[in-house]
Amino acid sequence: MDANAAHRAKRGVLKAAHLVGLFLAMAFICLPGLWIVLSSLRPTVEIMAKPPVWIPQQLSFDAYVAMFSGVGQGGIPVIEYFRNSIIISVTSTVIALAVGMAGGYAFARYRFPGKSPIFLGFMLTRTVPGIALSLPLFFVYARLGIIDTHFGLILAYVALNVPFTIWLIDGFFRQVPKDLAEAAQIDGCTRWQAFWQVEFPLARPGIASAGIFAFLTSWNEFALASQLTRSTNSKTLPVGLLDYTAEFTIDWRGMCALAVVMIIPALVLTFIVQKHLVSGLTSGAVKG
Amino acid sequence: MATVTLNKLVKNYGSVPVVHGIDLDVADREFIALVGPSGCGKSTTLRMIAGLEEISGGEIRIGGKVVNDLPPRSRNISMVFQSYALYPHMTVRENMGFSLKIAGKPQAEIDARVAEAARTLSLEQLLDRRPSQLSGGQRQRVAMGRAIVRNPEVFLFDEPLSNLDAKLRTQMRIEIKKLHAKVQSTVIYVTHDQVEAMTLADRIVIMREGHIEQVGTPEEAFRRPATRFVAGFIGSPPMNLQEAEVDDSQLVFANGDKLPLPHQFRDLVTAGRKVVFGLRPDDLYPTGHGIHSGEEAEVHQLDQGVVLTEPLGNETLVFVDFGGREWVSRMLNPKPLCPGEKVRLSFDLSQAHLFDAETGRTLRK
Repeated sequence: MDANAAHRAKRGVLKAAHLVGLFLAMAFICLPGLWIVLSSLRPTVEIMAKPPVWIPQQLSFDAYVAMFSGVGQGGIPVIEYFRNSIIISVTSTVIALAVGMAGGYAFARYRFPGKSPIFLGFMLTRTVPGIALSLPLFFVYARLGIIDTHFGLILAYVALNVPFTIWLIDGFFRQVPKDLAEAAQIDGCTRWQAFWQVEFPLARPGIASAGIFAFLTSWNEFALASQLTRSTNSKTLPVGLLDYTAEFTIDWRGMCALAVVMIIPALVLTFIVQKHLVSGLTSGAVKG
Repeated sequence: MATVTLNKLVKNYGSVPVVHGIDLDVADREFIALVGPSGCGKSTTLRMIAGLEEISGGEIRIGGKVVNDLPPRSRNISMVFQSYALYPHMTVRENMGFSLKIAGKPQAEIDARVAEAARTLSLEQLLDRRPSQLSGGQRQRVAMGRAIVRNPEVFLFDEPLSNLDAKLRTQMRIEIKKLHAKVQSTVIYVTHDQVEAMTLADRIVIMREGHIEQVGTPEEAFRRPATRFVAGFIGSPPMNLQEAEVDDSQLVFANGDKLPLPHQFRDLVTAGRKVVFGLRPDDLYPTGHGIHSGEEAEVHQLDQGVVLTEPLGNETLVFVDFGGREWVSRMLNPKPLCPGEKVRLSFDLSQAHLFDAETGRTLRK
C-alpha cells in the first residue's frame, strides 16, 4: 500500500513538472509573437523604453488605422501588398505541390537511372542560402525583363519549394503500401484512378504539410523579394515592412502592426489545413 | 468461369531469369495450388497472371483469350493479397463495394452484392468498421469478400493465410474450401505451406527455381513424387532421403549400411549406379507400430538405436541413425522409448522411392 501511495505521489509530481516545463517552453516560443502584437498596440515611447515596460499602459489601434488610411497620411499600400502576397504565395504553392506530388510519387514508386544522385541534388539546392541567389537571379531576371512581376517571384519560389515538397511527399508515398495501388488496379482502376482513389487520400497528410511549408516559405520570404520587386506591381508584405523605415527613423509600431496583418492569414491557413495532418491513416491497410 | 493457360511463360528481372518458360493448363473451376520454397517464382507467376508484372516471354490465356498486354482491370480476375491490402480510408462496406463503384454499377446493386458477400463470409456486423478496427482473421475475410463481390472468372490467392496464427489458418483453410465449393470459380492459390496446398487443391504445382517440378493431384505428388525435390518438399515430416550405390540386389549407403534393393526397381537399375533412396517416415516404423501398406513381403527389419523421440500424443516420431544420417520413423500407438534404446525397425520397401543421384528424377516407371 505504501509503495503504491509513494508511486502515485511520484507520478503526480512528475506530471506537475511536465506541465510546468511545457508552459515555460510554450511561453518562450510564444513571447516574440505576443510582443509583436503588444508592440503594434502601444506608443513608440513605450516600445523603446529602457528598462522595458512589461505591462502596457495605454493601448490603441492607431497604427492599424494609419496603415489603411492611404499614402501620404502615414499609410502604405497594404491592400496591394496583400494582394501580391496572396497571388504569389498561392500560385507558387499550388505549382510546387503539383510538381512535388508528381516528383515525390515518381521517386517513391519507380526505379530510373540516376535516381539517387538526382535526389541528392535536390537536397543540395537547399544548402544554398536564399540571399546568395538574389544577385545572380537579379541579373538573369533583369535580362529577361521579369523584374517586378508576379511571374518572376512565382518562378523563384517554385524553384525554392519544389525540392522540399518532393522530398517530403516522397516519404509519405513510401509509407503507402504498394499492394494498395495494385489491389485497386485489380479492382478495376486505371493507374491514374488507383492514384487518386487510394494513394492520394492516404498521402494527404504529407501533401498538406508540404503545402503549408511551401505557402509559409513564399509568404514570409524577404531576401529574394526585396531584390526582385520594385513597386506595388509585385511588392509582397515582407518587403512592405521596409516602407516603415525612413532615413533616420523606424516606425516600430507600424511595422509590428503590418507584421500582425501578415501573421493572421498564415495562422488561419495553418488551422484550416491542420485537420488533414492526421497521421497513422494507413494503419490497418496491411498486416505487420 | 474460365480456363487459364500458361505457355512457355518467362520472367527476367534485368538479366536474371526468375521464371524459366513454364507451361501449365488450369481447367475451368479447378483449384490449383502453386507451391514451393521462397524465391521459386510462384508469386511472380501469379502476379504475371494478374497483370501486375510484365511478362518477358511466352503467353498467358484466360478463358482462351491472350491477355499478355491487358491491364489487370481487363482480365476479370480477383486477387487476395498476403498483406490483405485493404483500403484503410474506407469502411469494410466501401472496401467490398469499391470494384463495383469503379465499374459504375448502381448503388442498389452494389449494396445487394456487398450484403450477399458479407452474409457468405459472416461479415454483416463489421460492415461499418474500418480495417484498422478488425482482427487479422476479419481482415482476411474482408479481403476475400472484396474478391468475391466482383464475380470474377479467376481468383488469385497470394499466400493469403501466412499472416494468421496456426489455429486461425486451419479455420480459414476450411472456409476457403467451402467458398470454392460455393462460388465454383477457377482458383490459383500460391502458398509455401504444403499442408495448405495438399488440403485445398485439386492439383498442385510444385515449383523450384523458376521451373515446374511436378504437376499432379496431392495424392500423386505424395505417392509418386517425380523428383527428389518434390519427395523432400511434400510430406511432413519430410521423406528420408539418402544417397546410396546399387550393388547386385542391395543398396549400399556411404557408411556401409545396407538395404535390399526394392522389388519394383530390380529391373530398372544396374550395379554401380548412384541413386538416392527415399522412404517416408510412415513406411519406416518400429515393428508392430506402423501403417501397413498391405505388401508385407517387402518389409525389411533391422535393429537400430534410438537417437531422439518427439512424442505428439497419438504418434511419436522416432529418430534413428542409419546409412550415415538421421532418419525419422513414425510410431503409431506409441510406447515410451528412451534415447539409446534398441528398437526393431520395419522398412516397408514396397513404398520406397529411388531417384537418379545426378538428375534427381524418379527411377520409377
